[in-house]
Amino acid sequence: MNYNWNWSVLWADPYLGWLISGVQWTFAVALAAWVIAFALGILIGVGRTLPSKPISFICTCYVELFRNVPLLVQMFIWYFAVPEIMPEDVGRWMKRDMPNPEYVTAVVALGLYTASRVAEQVRSGIQAVGSGLTSAAYANGLSTAQTYRYVLLPISFRLIVPPMTSEFLTIFKNSSLALTIGLLELTAQSQQIAEFTFQGFEAFTAATVIYVVIALFATMIAQTLERFTKIPGFVGKG
Amino acid sequence: MGDFDYSVIWDNLPFLWQGLQLSLWLTFLAIIGGIVLGTGLALMRLSGFLPLSLFAATYVNLIRSVPLILVIFWFYFLVPLAIGRPIGGFYSALIAFVMFEAAYYSEIIRAGIQSVRQGQVHAGQATGMNYWQVQRYIVLPQAFRNMIPILVTQGIILFQDTSLVFVVSLRDFMTVSSIVARTEGRLVEMYIFAAIVYFIICFAGSMFVRRLQKGPTA
Amino acid sequence: MIQIDQISKWYGDFQVLNNCTTKVDRGEVVVVCGPSGSGKSTLIKCVNGLEPVQQGTIRVEDTEVTAKRTNLTKLRSRIGMVFQHFELYPHMSVRANLCLAQEKVLGRSSDEANARAEALIKRVGLSEHIEKFPGQLSGGQQQRVAISRALAMDPIAMLFDEPTSALDPEMINEVLDVMVELAQEGMTMMVVTHEMGFARKVADRVVFMDAGAIVEDRPTEQFFGEPESDRAKDFLSKILNH
Repeated sequence: MNYNWNWSVLWADPYLGWLISGVQWTFAVALAAWVIAFALGILIGVGRTLPSKPISFICTCYVELFRNVPLLVQMFIWYFAVPEIMPEDVGRWMKRDMPNPEYVTAVVALGLYTASRVAEQVRSGIQAVGSGLTSAAYANGLSTAQTYRYVLLPISFRLIVPPMTSEFLTIFKNSSLALTIGLLELTAQSQQIAEFTFQGFEAFTAATVIYVVIALFATMIAQTLERFTKIPGFVGKG
Repeated sequence: MGDFDYSVIWDNLPFLWQGLQLSLWLTFLAIIGGIVLGTGLALMRLSGFLPLSLFAATYVNLIRSVPLILVIFWFYFLVPLAIGRPIGGFYSALIAFVMFEAAYYSEIIRAGIQSVRQGQVHAGQATGMNYWQVQRYIVLPQAFRNMIPILVTQGIILFQDTSLVFVVSLRDFMTVSSIVARTEGRLVEMYIFAAIVYFIICFAGSMFVRRLQKGPTA
Repeated sequence: MIQIDQISKWYGDFQVLNNCTTKVDRGEVVVVCGPSGSGKSTLIKCVNGLEPVQQGTIRVEDTEVTAKRTNLTKLRSRIGMVFQHFELYPHMSVRANLCLAQEKVLGRSSDEANARAEALIKRVGLSEHIEKFPGQLSGGQQQRVAISRALAMDPIAMLFDEPTSALDPEMINEVLDVMVELAQEGMTMMVVTHEMGFARKVADRVVFMDAGAIVEDRPTEQFFGEPESDRAKDFLSKILNH
């Protein structure tokens, strides 16, 4: 295998700057999208379990729609198609005057997509709590809203900490799709460095190492969270 | 939806169909490769032999920490280099997918294997079978029967993942739709069409999984 | 107090309750028994509206449970229910379990709720466990807490759905003792159970169900002394031979 190794290229200007910029964009996309995904996902997940048939139907449609279309297609639709479908002025603003269109689109697309996944976790968490407890809460005189607030949601949140942290990590990985609409996040930057310097191995290793570090941090946070939210003596059905 | 011209889909149908075929073919091969390699990884991890299980664990955790796009870039870069000559995009992509999905499949399979009761393993061992025989004749058959719904679901995810070969311009359904969209200037029609096609296939797939989960007793 | 009138219920095509009529007067203790699948748990869950019925009416005092407009939440705050699997809120301490509904449903102040909780826990002899979590208690202890949780709402009647069926044999008596005491104080109780000793001791009437219908509904002594139906005789002979 003919290959000239040159690890110093990673520390050289401007490549180090590229890497750092890439990391910053990755975090910016992932964290902003997570806020949307978390907030919306909880609403939709709860909505799916509510006794009201219209609400749970709408929420189910949302989840099925966003789950069965690849994220890449969703991102393209938001970036290319939506500005065309919008009424003229909105469309024009989106294409010309909106600041950072790649960033905003990536955040919206990734956020809405991940929300459907979060919704599924929340739903299975609520269902894992068990109908016996729900009956007991109702029998105790609690209303539906009170039952969700004091019994179902607190317990289900503790149950879904592990899969939720997995979703949090996934959003970091999925942020790489933003490169398809031109956002120079970490993976894109490593590709750039590889093309400019022909030092593909070094460039991709750098990106890999950074992602692994992010993953390790996410796991540590997960374990700490699990320890804090543990219910003494409760094993749960999850 | 005023002046959108959907005939562009009809006019390019053969081209789009070719792209879809590539997506499906890539998915199919990657599922098989992923399950085979994934089973190997799972068995290594459960083997109790430290070097093997450590290697498998490291591999799986490493792959699961990084984005698929990066893995695709890695293999596009590495495979020709390792082989010594340029290789078709399809094969680089296929290898990338198999290596990537195997990590995810191995976790599913590992859970499936562990779900088979210890008593079964003991029964096999009591008749003098060694580790590999027990796995092959007793554990794996039962494990796979339990896992089929989840394996199919992962296959649907894999099918969605194949859209990412766009980043290396391999002409799968996504890339082809994109090419048509740009050359004909019909972005809205093409991308919505692509979304609909993926949705139909994936939704049908998940309905199939739901039927599977109801089991033969339904 | 509780009036059940010609109740019928179906799960899809399967009929679980068939034209059931019975009542529980104020201060009465009624035991509902029968083989598995006879519908006794379903019947009792209909009384506080946890399960809907397709035909018939149920009345609790002046509230018609089966009417469409009834505020079921309000009704349930006046009836206490104890479940087979205890169903204590696992993420809350014993104290919090008892106070939650008092504060959020009855609107009691924190002091009031806590005082009531402590008194009730003392009565069942579990004061030293009041800060513990359900997962740290035995089954018998959990069920006694569950009874206290229901009593904390000062209910007009108590429903028990097989309260001892999930307990190890050595813990059954500690729960039954609490229930006997409750009955002797004059609480209106409807109890689904297999514990015939308990029935003989405190029940005023026994309702025997089979295959979704009420087969016998008679004063306790008469039921045990001379059961009328063959099914009841059969059931008693199996159960009492323990």
